[in-house]
Amino acid sequence: MSKAILFDLTKCTACRACQVACKQWNQHKAEETSNWGSYENPKELSGETWLKMRFIELERENKFDWLFLRRSCMHCEDASCATVCPVGAIFKTDEGFVHIDQEWCIGCGTCTQACPYNVPHIDHHAGLAMKCSACTSVGYNRLADGKKPACVTTCPTGALEYGDRDELVAKGLAVVDKLKANGKPDAYLYGEKELGGLHVMYVLDDSPSVFGIPENPKTATVDAVSKWLSGLVTAGVLTALPFWMVFKRKQDLASQSGKKGGA
Amino acid sequence: MIIGSNAAENHPISFRWITKAKERGGKLISVDPRFTRTSSKADIYAPIRSGTDIAFIGGMINYVISDIEQNPDNYNMEYITQYTNASYILNPDFEFNDGLFGEIEQKTFNGSYTAASKATWKYAGGNSPEADITLKDPSCVFQMLKKHYSRYDADTVCRITGTPKEDFLKVCQAYAETGKKDKAGTICYAMGATQHTYGVQNIRGYSLLQTLLGNMGVAGGGINALRGTSNVQGSTDMALLEHILPGYLDAPIEGDNDIDTYLRRSGKHPSATITPPAGLAADTSANWWQNTRKYIVSLLKTWYGDAATPDNEFGFHWLPKKKPGVNYSHIALIEAIASDIIKGLWIWGQNPAAGGPNANGAREAFAKLDWMVSIDIWENETAIFWKRPGVDPTTIKTEVFMLPAACSYEKEGSIANSGRWAQWRYKAVEPNGEAIADLEIMADLMNRIRKLYQDDTSAPGREGILNLTWDYDPHTITADQIARELNGYDLTTGKLMASFANLKDDGTTTSGNWLYCNSYTEDGNKLKKRDPVDAHPQKIGLHSNWAWCWPVNRRIIYNRAAVDLNGNPYDVEHPVISWDAAGAKWVGDVPDGGWAPINIAESGAKTLPFIMKPEGVARLWGFGNADGPLPEVYEPWESPLENNLMSGQKNNPCAFIGKWMNEQGTPDKYPYVGTTYRCTEHWQTGIMTRSLPWLVELMPDMFAEMDPELAEAKGINNGDNIVVSSARGEVRAVAIVTKRFKPLTVDGKTIHQIGLPFNWGFAGMKSGDSANLLTPHVGDANTTIPEFKTFLCNIRRAN
Repeated sequence: MSKAILFDLTKCTACRACQVACKQWNQHKAEETSNWGSYENPKELSGETWLKMRFIELERENKFDWLFLRRSCMHCEDASCATVCPVGAIFKTDEGFVHIDQEWCIGCGTCTQACPYNVPHIDHHAGLAMKCSACTSVGYNRLADGKKPACVTTCPTGALEYGDRDELVAKGLAVVDKLKANGKPDAYLYGEKELGGLHVMYVLDDSPSVFGIPENPKTATVDAVSKWLSGLVTAGVLTALPFWMVFKRKQDLASQSGKKGGA
Repeated sequence: MIIGSNAAENHPISFRWITKAKERGGKLISVDPRFTRTSSKADIYAPIRSGTDIAFIGGMINYVISDIEQNPDNYNMEYITQYTNASYILNPDFEFNDGLFGEIEQKTFNGSYTAASKATWKYAGGNSPEADITLKDPSCVFQMLKKHYSRYDADTVCRITGTPKEDFLKVCQAYAETGKKDKAGTICYAMGATQHTYGVQNIRGYSLLQTLLGNMGVAGGGINALRGTSNVQGSTDMALLEHILPGYLDAPIEGDNDIDTYLRRSGKHPSATITPPAGLAADTSANWWQNTRKYIVSLLKTWYGDAATPDNEFGFHWLPKKKPGVNYSHIALIEAIASDIIKGLWIWGQNPAAGGPNANGAREAFAKLDWMVSIDIWENETAIFWKRPGVDPTTIKTEVFMLPAACSYEKEGSIANSGRWAQWRYKAVEPNGEAIADLEIMADLMNRIRKLYQDDTSAPGREGILNLTWDYDPHTITADQIARELNGYDLTTGKLMASFANLKDDGTTTSGNWLYCNSYTEDGNKLKKRDPVDAHPQKIGLHSNWAWCWPVNRRIIYNRAAVDLNGNPYDVEHPVISWDAAGAKWVGDVPDGGWAPINIAESGAKTLPFIMKPEGVARLWGFGNADGPLPEVYEPWESPLENNLMSGQKNNPCAFIGKWMNEQGTPDKYPYVGTTYRCTEHWQTGIMTRSLPWLVELMPDMFAEMDPELAEAKGINNGDNIVVSSARGEVRAVAIVTKRFKPLTVDGKTIHQIGLPFNWGFAGMKSGDSANLLTPHVGDANTTIPEFKTFLCNIRRAN
């Protein structure tokens, strides 16, 4: 069954309990941060930070506003990261969430380049690409236990919901309709259609560009991989890696239906 | 309306319910000096100069009174005339003169209205007042209220508050809508309202507004104090304060020579009942406090057991008595330490060296102590005041003891929320190291103290200590044991009391807190109830089988004001209670007294709804406060203005003004309005959160927020290190330059405000300067709560 997380920006108070719950559940270390003139920290996602809240101050129609936007993996149906991964380490769970298999990841960083949302990051300690797994990581799989993702469970206001994607699309569209009827003509359900349908959707009270979210994101093509590979060959790195194995794996996976469990 | 509170940031869970209300069409108003995470969710946001709430609310009262006269159909006139004192005739000698409600005599730390002046605040007929139900008599409360607040027109209000007039009027219009019979509005407030030299009068202002709008006692109404910490309600119920005994009984003072004198002095004697005037449909005031004798005797029986007898006034004389006119609150304690009156100090779960006002003063004063005991789950700033940065520990003679305490997850007990729900909490894990639960510390401590008194036959107050029923063993004491004692027993049967209605004043019952009587009966500990199903017939969201609520599990107090004279709910969709005529009983919530509705009850039993007031009606005009019968605009102790724009009286004449290291700043040196608050990511002085890496990651450094115009004028860029100074200290912080603050125009002048979280200090894993190094040692006229929320400051770039 296709699942999703729905983030309703109009209900989020940026308490950031989700940010802490994510670290707590996944046992991620705190990053050393400093105040840079903002409530927002850490500044960017990383191997240790899979979810962060953005604080956006803006003026719309002469009215000041302060908006809070979730920043984490969007779990695209047409996931660029999975497409470009040379070793097939990135796959989709039954629920539709995009998962990086740490056993197979070689830390090449292609996915970090391909993601239209700049989500995966190379973890400096492990040297591997990491990002939100929607709580499906091996050993930390909440969904397999019938639980919701940690961020959703902890959200006090109901800004985050988890459930069947169809139902959440309907719910999100209903909220958007209500917003449109209440003076927010550009309200939008981001992720309903983008990239084949995202498994993290946003109820926005304005058009995506206001929040700096790509309006028409495109799936990366494998071109990126070949470019990267040719670069490596030039650098002479290729010989150091058992690439026959990873390409074989990629082919094997392609011959299957792409089905792969999360844990 | 959220005013004086930033619920989204400081009470994030409360926002779950506010969000639900919004989903159902509720409108949210946020009034705050700064655009907060709460404001970001509001339908209407109105900026306000810190410390000008009375002008704002007074203006709203003025708006509502005018509208009531023009459009009475939009308001619940039956409620106003029958359930409030709007119609009561006031003392003709009352005078309001240029900001003063009478004559002031100066005391050591504060001014005080003379007894003669206070007498003029009462009803013309004393305890037998008269009324004009048409509300036309110029001496009736409604007309006096109208006269007082007619001065609070929108232009004057906005000249004081700096609020754009358009925003102010939007708030007035939206909130006045809740005056309709079937509508409700609620006011959520917190320390933004209370922490002023006129904090109590800020809240009185809300109370007047809510009463005029018929919003008290109804579903979705009321004034909701969002407490400063999670169990403030519980600690207040249990009298962790200097002015009360458990259950809000007055603390005795010298001169209370017997219980009768005590009851008369504190207004809790049956003779204090004010009879309903002719003209009202009701004829009886229950004046519930007249039962106080039963509660104080049952409390004394709990404390002194068999030693408490009718012959010795049940041990009343053994209670410590306060000296009349002496202030025992937080600020006054620090002053007393500084004056060498207090030589030893227990600090239990508190951190005054960072959380109290004028922290430099407090830290200096502590050096005058012979000893200090700090009981906490962390080593806090107070416990290590003697080795704070810049201080040579060898110069401080105070001996400090630290007792490690268990945290809330390491002990069993109860917690009471802002809605008066007391919930049982279980122990999750064993305490760390040598830490033990507070109850165990207390039991051990008192056993040792009793031993000392036992051995010293000349010890003062020895009888009171030795006669205490204190059969606690620190190894076996349980919260369950205490919960039973709080509920109380029928000493004739040995059974737990079923309700405070059965408590007696003859020594045959006990109750450690009459308000908690009914919480633990022979049926068990009701605080443990966890049935989420709403049993209310119309499911209005009372959830009465989840935990237990004082009094007697009544979820909405004064709920008899939610029904008309015939017992029919004003809001049919959300009835709190309603009268079932066929069954001759109330259905819904536990009614605030089981008497039949006023029109149905027999003569002599037509009982008014506000049963805790001697007159049985809500007070639009009150005489219980030190600083006047109505809220009136004063400037904060440190104000950017030369004069009060409303009168010749600049400050609250009854405010407590500390003397210890408490220099007053002036606008020429300190031109900006400073205010303090908390952020979501840290808790209070940060002592519980600044050592938790995940929270430090979110909010790592002390910061100060300001508007871009001010920053530009001062050459400060976003993220710069800056110094904020007041007449009492300096604080280093990171500048957050943000449009969430905007300059306000006050009386033609531009006023800039600077906001600082008080979550930092020098102890803990991640340190920073405490905002309270800046705040003044002054307090509210009634409670002495410090004026943390408004002071004068200056800023500069750090070198």
